[in-house]
Amino acid sequence: MAAPKIDGIKKNRAPVRVSTLALYVVLIAISFVSLVPLYWMLRSSLMSNAEIFVFPPRFTPKEWRWTNYVKTFQNFAAARYFKNTMLLLIPSVIGTLLTSAMAGYALGRINFPGRNVWFTLVIGSMILPGHVTLIPQYLTFSKMGMVNTYWPFYLAAWFGGGASNIFLMRQFMRTLPRDYDESAYIDGANRVQIFLRILVPLCAPIMITVGIFSFMAYWNDFQGPLIYLQNDKKFTLALGILTLRGAYSSKWNYIMAASLVMVIPAIVLFAVGQRYFLQGIVLTGIKG
Amino acid sequence: MSKAKSSLPVSGKLHGMSQMRRNEIIAGYLFFLPTIFGILLLTYGQMIYSFVISFTDWNVFGSSKFVGLQNYVQLLTQDFFFWKAMKVTLTYAFGSVLLTQAVALLMAMLLNNKHLHGKAIFRTIFYVPSIVPAVASCLLWSWMFNPDYGLFNAALSAVGLPKSAWIYAESSAVPSMILMSAWGCGATMVVYLAGLSNVPTTLLEAVEIDGGGVWVKFWNITVPMISPVLFYNTLMGVIGGFMTFTNAYVMTNGGPNNATLFVNFLIYRTAFGNNKFGYASALAWIVFVVLATCTLAIFKFFGKKVYYGSAEN
Repeated sequence: MAAPKIDGIKKNRAPVRVSTLALYVVLIAISFVSLVPLYWMLRSSLMSNAEIFVFPPRFTPKEWRWTNYVKTFQNFAAARYFKNTMLLLIPSVIGTLLTSAMAGYALGRINFPGRNVWFTLVIGSMILPGHVTLIPQYLTFSKMGMVNTYWPFYLAAWFGGGASNIFLMRQFMRTLPRDYDESAYIDGANRVQIFLRILVPLCAPIMITVGIFSFMAYWNDFQGPLIYLQNDKKFTLALGILTLRGAYSSKWNYIMAASLVMVIPAIVLFAVGQRYFLQGIVLTGIKG
Repeated sequence: MSKAKSSLPVSGKLHGMSQMRRNEIIAGYLFFLPTIFGILLLTYGQMIYSFVISFTDWNVFGSSKFVGLQNYVQLLTQDFFFWKAMKVTLTYAFGSVLLTQAVALLMAMLLNNKHLHGKAIFRTIFYVPSIVPAVASCLLWSWMFNPDYGLFNAALSAVGLPKSAWIYAESSAVPSMILMSAWGCGATMVVYLAGLSNVPTTLLEAVEIDGGGVWVKFWNITVPMISPVLFYNTLMGVIGGFMTFTNAYVMTNGGPNNATLFVNFLIYRTAFGNNKFGYASALAWIVFVVLATCTLAIFKFFGKKVYYGSAEN
């Protein structure tokens, strides 16, 4: 009885295989296009300056000059820029995680008057682009003496940490069964204990997602540091790389080396947390 | 509505309940307090502040004086840069949304093939460009666009095509940046991939049985079924286009001959380069209104066409 079915599948196999082969060819071609620019970055970073300026360009360096990286680090204060980036980033990511989770808990699981209005305001600020708030925020922080400090970043992070993170936290918190906090409540736990001991551990997946997203956002941020950090001593990597270009405008090997130094942590983080990354994108994209 | 009633179901006297209800309200506001500060002081409060500034001639040196609608009038009637920036930004936003969405959707549909092995590997590879930090990718692309020693002109001359000046010529600068934006379409692709996984294969098979080809399936089943994702990605793409800043700052400084004068870059330059904070605020508000209009137009365009499945709550 099953025989004709199997037969049918077998007959269909051959054309499927040809189109599947074509599919692989196309996918490999796209992969090539995706990765070649990054390879170009690596290849340029390992060439001598003379080798970089030949036409047609070589695809591989004659000699792989890893010493370029040593020279790049000598030519720009990579260690200081990295330290500054971490000084900006770590407190900001912690603040984002804590206050967005708190907001998610309030919006998703506590019934308080005005909750829907606040939620609408949060969503509204998500669609609101930064053009309009850029200048007044700068003027405000400038009056408070916070230019050339990381406080503008810390404050934004500790005051909710951004609408899309709050949204992610709220959506996730709503999916958790209410029995957990209710039974803990009956056992005499207060809301702070419920939040810290029950909900935060249960929210680990979304906490990791939000943590990775905000890490990447601060790591990549350019316009914020450009506006608030005017002293080279405070520069983050994103700004520091441009000082390198300013000083050595034609040393594309060093510029590419510095760029790659900035790309690698991002790729490592993505490789480690890929699952959470994809989940976060899908959650904001689909349920938004 | 069931949510509203689900305050904790502990049996007790009315007095006890109201005590609990009070605690619940206090707890709600305490947990939400940091965000209230953020929303009121850092977002909506700043919008009001910006609106006030936009009617002054505010600069960092002197005190500001109320000038009424002067900034707006000057922007709309006399400012060449404003109109140029609007044109550049709209061209870029439109072009990059079209190209990025088309490429991302195509890639997602290729990956959504059930006969495909190694889907996760391809997905990762396609995604990687979108995690490259903006400054790094802008530096990389300006190097690849280099007319004399860049990868692109090497590729063009390898196949016998004439070289291009890419971002270094007025006519090709924005198209080059649109091309560059498509390289980072991995995140968009992932959203499409998730949307495609919700398209029921039974529907596609039904069309196949009726003799419908690839196009019929695409336009009649896939597009309607993923319309919420199309809508979301288009909206985010347009907003992202309006926010473009790093490209102009790092790659072209708005040139050549203002060809890449994105509005966000013009706002920055007006405020932080020329110290005209009042004027820049008025500019920001006009951009905001234009973007809000675009957003409404996108809502209208998709409007009833967006299909939300029955499972949506």
